[in-house]
Amino acid sequence: MTTAPSPTEVEPDPAGAPTGARRSRPADDGDAAGLGRWRATGFVAPALLVIAVFLVFPAIWTLYLGLTNWRLTGLAAAEPEFVGAENYTDALSDPAFRNSLVLTLAFVFFSAIIGQSMLGFALAWTARRLRPAVRSVLETVVLLAWIIPASVVAFLWLALLDRREGTLNALLGTDGTAWLLEYPMQSIIVFNIWNGTAFSMLLFSSALASVPPSQFETAKMAGAGTFATLRDVVLPNIRGHILTNTLLITLWTFNVFAPYLITAGGPQGRTEILGVYIYRVALRDGALGQGAALSLIMIIINLVVASVYLRLLRERRS
Amino acid sequence: MRIKTGLGGTAGLLAVALVLAACGNDDDGGTAGGDPSQNADATEVTLTITDNAIAGGKNSEGAAWITDYVIPEFTAMQEAKGVDVTIEFEENGVDDEDYKTKIALDLQSGSGGDIISIDGIWTGEFAEAGYIAPLSDIAGDAVDDWDGWEQIPDAVQQAMSFDEQVYGIPVGTDGRVIYFNKDLFAQAGLPADWQPTSWDEILEAARALKQLDGVTPLQINAGVPMGEATTMQGFLPLLAGTGEQIWADDAWTGASEGLTQVLDFYGQVYGDEALGDPLLQQEAQGRDTSFQLFASGQLGILIEGDYLWRGVINPDGGIAPMANRDEVVGWAKIPAREPGAGIDGQDFVSMSGGTGRVVNPNTEFPQQAWELMMFMNSPEAFEALIAGGGARITPRDDVNAQALAGDPLMSFIAEEVLPITAYRPALAVYPQVSVALQEATGEVAAGTPADDAAQTYLGELEGIVGDDGSIAD
Repeated sequence: MTTAPSPTEVEPDPAGAPTGARRSRPADDGDAAGLGRWRATGFVAPALLVIAVFLVFPAIWTLYLGLTNWRLTGLAAAEPEFVGAENYTDALSDPAFRNSLVLTLAFVFFSAIIGQSMLGFALAWTARRLRPAVRSVLETVVLLAWIIPASVVAFLWLALLDRREGTLNALLGTDGTAWLLEYPMQSIIVFNIWNGTAFSMLLFSSALASVPPSQFETAKMAGAGTFATLRDVVLPNIRGHILTNTLLITLWTFNVFAPYLITAGGPQGRTEILGVYIYRVALRDGALGQGAALSLIMIIINLVVASVYLRLLRERRS
Repeated sequence: MRIKTGLGGTAGLLAVALVLAACGNDDDGGTAGGDPSQNADATEVTLTITDNAIAGGKNSEGAAWITDYVIPEFTAMQEAKGVDVTIEFEENGVDDEDYKTKIALDLQSGSGGDIISIDGIWTGEFAEAGYIAPLSDIAGDAVDDWDGWEQIPDAVQQAMSFDEQVYGIPVGTDGRVIYFNKDLFAQAGLPADWQPTSWDEILEAARALKQLDGVTPLQINAGVPMGEATTMQGFLPLLAGTGEQIWADDAWTGASEGLTQVLDFYGQVYGDEALGDPLLQQEAQGRDTSFQLFASGQLGILIEGDYLWRGVINPDGGIAPMANRDEVVGWAKIPAREPGAGIDGQDFVSMSGGTGRVVNPNTEFPQQAWELMMFMNSPEAFEALIAGGGARITPRDDVNAQALAGDPLMSFIAEEVLPITAYRPALAVYPQVSVALQEATGEVAAGTPADDAAQTYLGELEGIVGDDGSIAD
């Protein structure tokens, strides 16, 4: 399978070029669209402006806030002082931050990379062979988990896992088990898998549909088992999709906040993943400056993750 | 360095998970009140009341009072003067900590209701931040001319004051007692007129209750999820019972003997004997659950304020109504660690706080907002509030004199508890210290030895107030 070329890789015919120029391309003057410098600028300007206002400026502003002791209330709210890199060094040496980072990595690894990808793929793989009616029921159910608002979902999960009157305890006969306190990380990992699998399932469904049926047929005739088919036919075909899926769900899961609605970071900070930790520091404890510093660290981690994936994707293409 | 006007603007929303908004300019919220006479003659006025009260939920009787009494009455009064007033009521029904975050963000961005209800203990930090202003800066001479001030005792006014300036009008004060379930006590062979005189007697009663099936004997609030309820209903009354206060002689109490004794008591409650349920202290909604357990007769002993009586287990409009409240629920004064060990050598102790209302310095209608404040704090208004939702200790002596007579618990608090009570320090950093205390109690409840938790607390305290002699040894 060939990866669809991205628009930038396509050499469009220069506008107004003579028809016979198909073979002899004009020298690349960097103006492929033939708009001219000013009109091109005009086209790009709104996008650049939006990026500047909503991305670059807040990022710089956050960097700046992270250098102050700005607080939500008190004297430091009215007159924040410049404290240099203190917030950053404090954060990096704070056990609570490191704890939070480790929890986040575990959360991403187990709930997104392992859980959502695997389950999403398994569902997509199984659904292929189901009758269309059954398949659409399955997809609807999985999708529902994804599209119901987080606050509603959180309420459902609280009811499910409640210690005294929870549905799960009633089903399992484990009366009095405080799932959210005894297995807090496991609970939010399962929750996030349940909540986000739909995306992986949809993506893998379409990926599997793009595998040429002839290859399946060939594999079948060669007597390949399911595992061999997956390894030698499916995997090579959908590797790009796997990378894209992993990139997106890694970033989403890294930044997810919904577990706060279920455990609020507790008990004793045991589910305090980064987003929740920053919320606690910045808004519950009121240390806005420190929260800004933490946010910037979080952005940098995001950028690193994204650039690693993007590099992998690019290498695959070339 | 100061964040200058104009640098503000649309700061904020950073990438993904975090919404760290810093909207608005620095000058809104920073100015100490605008022009008191602004819009004084307006004939079309819109005012918003913000409160942590909501119909059918938290403080529902307060919400009903605003909707059914304050708004129609005040609107009619103004109409008679030819002023067309529209009052909006912004209801909330959330934890105090969430409410505080919300209104702090409101005020910081120069918005928010015209009259806002806040906990008295936030006055200092909000005033220092420039979010609220002295009432007379906002509404001018009309404030000093109000005849209601004479009816509010100085100690109660103090709750809404900071640096000798009055920032708001208190809604009242409160007191904390030990509640117990007489039915459970009878089953465990304990007296119905129980009055422990030491911590040991509390533990003994709890041990007796432990024999009953399906009953959590005792709850002393602990941990961060319960927020200020941990400090006010748990740690501080106990600390007062050791003869210490969290702030005394211009210094914060560090890992002192009394502090360690309190934490050790937590260890006894939540440790091996499991007289309390440590998991309940860690649940995100643990306090609400404890209310429900108490209301359904599954929790024996609980330290709480009069809010429990009038707002939670009140058969008429409480959030966990208890139909047989008046027969089943008993109360006692909180004992010192041992007789005479409390602050000022007292045998019994309590803690008091109180909420109040402030006028938003950004209000467009300072005079009308103040008029509404006066109306909400008039004797008639308090009487209407009491008529609608049972007795409460109002700030006004003239109202209290008759209002409390009908309610045994409220009179008990007014007569027996208020004389021995203590208050939290009106300092801007107190809420941070409070969080450090909540963390320490939470750690002990989860199994950390008291000494270790005390040392962790001391480290936190040094981080908050600095290590410059402002911590007592």
